[in-house]
Amino acid sequence: MVADHAGSSAEDLYRTVRLIRRFEERAIELVRAGNVASGIHPCIGQEAVAAGIGAVLRHDDVMMTSHRGHGHNLAKGSDPARLLAEILGRTTGVARGRGGSFHPLDFTAGIYGATGTLGHGGPMAAGVAWALAQDGTDRVAMCVFGDGAVNQGALLEGLNLAALWQVPAIFVCENNHYATTVPVQVVVAGSIIGRAAAFGIPASSHDGMDPNVVLAATEQAVARARSGGGPSFLEFSTYRYEGHHTFELSAGLRYRGDDEVAAWRARDPVELQGRRVRVQRRQEIDAEVDAVIDAATKFALDSPEIEFDEGLDYLYATKMRLRPGADNA
Amino acid sequence: MPSLSYLKAINRALGDEMERDRTVFVLGEDVREGLTNATVGLLVRFGPERVLEAPISEQGFTDFATGAALGGRRPVVEYQVPFLLLLVLEQIANQANKISLMSGGQAGVPVTYLLTPAGRRAGWGAQHADQPYSVFGHLGVKTVLPATPADAYGLLISAIRDDDPVVVFAPIEAHGVRESIAPADLVPVPLGVGRVHRAGADVTVLAIGHLVHDALAVADELDGEISVEVFDPRTLYPFDWNGLAESLDKTGRLVVFDDSNKFCGLAAEVLATSIEQMRLVAPPARVTRPDSAIIGISAAADRALLPSREQLAAAIRRTYKNGR
Repeated sequence: MVADHAGSSAEDLYRTVRLIRRFEERAIELVRAGNVASGIHPCIGQEAVAAGIGAVLRHDDVMMTSHRGHGHNLAKGSDPARLLAEILGRTTGVARGRGGSFHPLDFTAGIYGATGTLGHGGPMAAGVAWALAQDGTDRVAMCVFGDGAVNQGALLEGLNLAALWQVPAIFVCENNHYATTVPVQVVVAGSIIGRAAAFGIPASSHDGMDPNVVLAATEQAVARARSGGGPSFLEFSTYRYEGHHTFELSAGLRYRGDDEVAAWRARDPVELQGRRVRVQRRQEIDAEVDAVIDAATKFALDSPEIEFDEGLDYLYATKMRLRPGADNA
Repeated sequence: MPSLSYLKAINRALGDEMERDRTVFVLGEDVREGLTNATVGLLVRFGPERVLEAPISEQGFTDFATGAALGGRRPVVEYQVPFLLLLVLEQIANQANKISLMSGGQAGVPVTYLLTPAGRRAGWGAQHADQPYSVFGHLGVKTVLPATPADAYGLLISAIRDDDPVVVFAPIEAHGVRESIAPADLVPVPLGVGRVHRAGADVTVLAIGHLVHDALAVADELDGEISVEVFDPRTLYPFDWNGLAESLDKTGRLVVFDDSNKFCGLAAEVLATSIEQMRLVAPPARVTRPDSAIIGISAAADRALLPSREQLAAAIRRTYKNGR
């Protein structure tokens, strides 16, 4: 499944949103079955954003993602089997099981970061982009974050740096309207794109439920970055059908109503994109995706777990070892 | 033989390493002007793309350095005030220092964080005189505190070449130290390897940073009365436990002279480990800042709070007599 990039035809986009949807559904099943110690932050409902940006970025472009990043990994080219193994904490995972669901860093797919404290990918992406431009390449760096990150100082500082130095970075806000349980209007003063506009960064808001809309907006921003035109900021309005984290499966939170969730489900990106593909072709893709997911599940479950004493093997790039917590000698 | 100042040694290390390795660049506030003297002259030699003037956005530019490192660079980020390193503790300890682990070894983050003015500034008030190096050791971030110009040069070179994040504290009170040294003798100093500045038989004084020079002065004062060995670990983390153990095998007596706050400071760790694992014939002692000391309010208040030569001499005498 590792391709140069995901492709941008209607079928390609459908395959990607379907893959992400089925991957997340399987991951939730594995959470329920007790195979994922961390639980996950599902991105079901938000697949269109990942598919659209993934179709534009090249394999050698860089992406910094967030805790809700499985879809970004898949759209950027992470091997589904190794990504699922990562989520299950297996040594065959994209980060040898040390990143887990929250930080599935995958340099083979250009996923350089997935920060647990929000917004830090912004200035990091600016730094990567600066280095890429200094190298004289046309590679770009993208940071994807949620609406919950837009009040984080480091992100806003990163926007300033990116604009000052006109780096080839694209900042993508997946506005799913909730920071954990808090509605965006309770915590965001002004507007999200207004933050970027204040730094002179071209910024625009788009429908994040339609892969075609995401693709078109992203193409423009990436072209600007590749041609030396500096950073862009894209806000995509989207929605997660599931909870913030799978702990909500049993937490019984009531911060949003069923009607609201149903209204967003009516604009489901997988269904929307599926209607753009011939029925027979859609069935073939569905079968291909299911086979990939089943194979990934088997690969992940059959893979070895991290040994008792191997957890910190990669703590230092220089392989420095720690003193043990207790002297048992 | 030419005389080299501490800050000139830092400046030379930066220039030499930028000359040798085009991926090295400096980033920080007032680095073009070279306000702290660390980066003086680098703008003319290397241009604005490698002497990157940053806005007052420490969190942003520290994360930026992480990104640049992931993009193949070796950034040296300069800070002008000690506590700024705690403002960016998230960026250093939770982001940069965890990427090697979180990526399963796919990438290191070779960033050097250079605090040129580390420690006390008399009369600058409560917010400019902290010495938070123990915090970085506690969190497992490689941390060095050079005492001499040659060590400042050699440790900074090694920090830049290291594939992990490294914090370099350059104590203000060592800035005035000069050393006669031929340029050819300026070489990399490996991280985690201490140095015996003065051999002795009775008591080991472990001193780090600028306090090494005070320890040497006290050792001279006590000469003829007590034979003091002065051991400088040079790197706080990883710590040269073997070097300390070798010294204690000779002396069996330890006084730690440390500019950290007492509670959970470097000295606390050294005392604990020496008691657990090393040869001691008398209880070890420490001379530090008080618990959660706030330094910098006034010169007189500082004198009452900072670890002093008098306190060190008294501690050495006490430790020397103990158990005899």
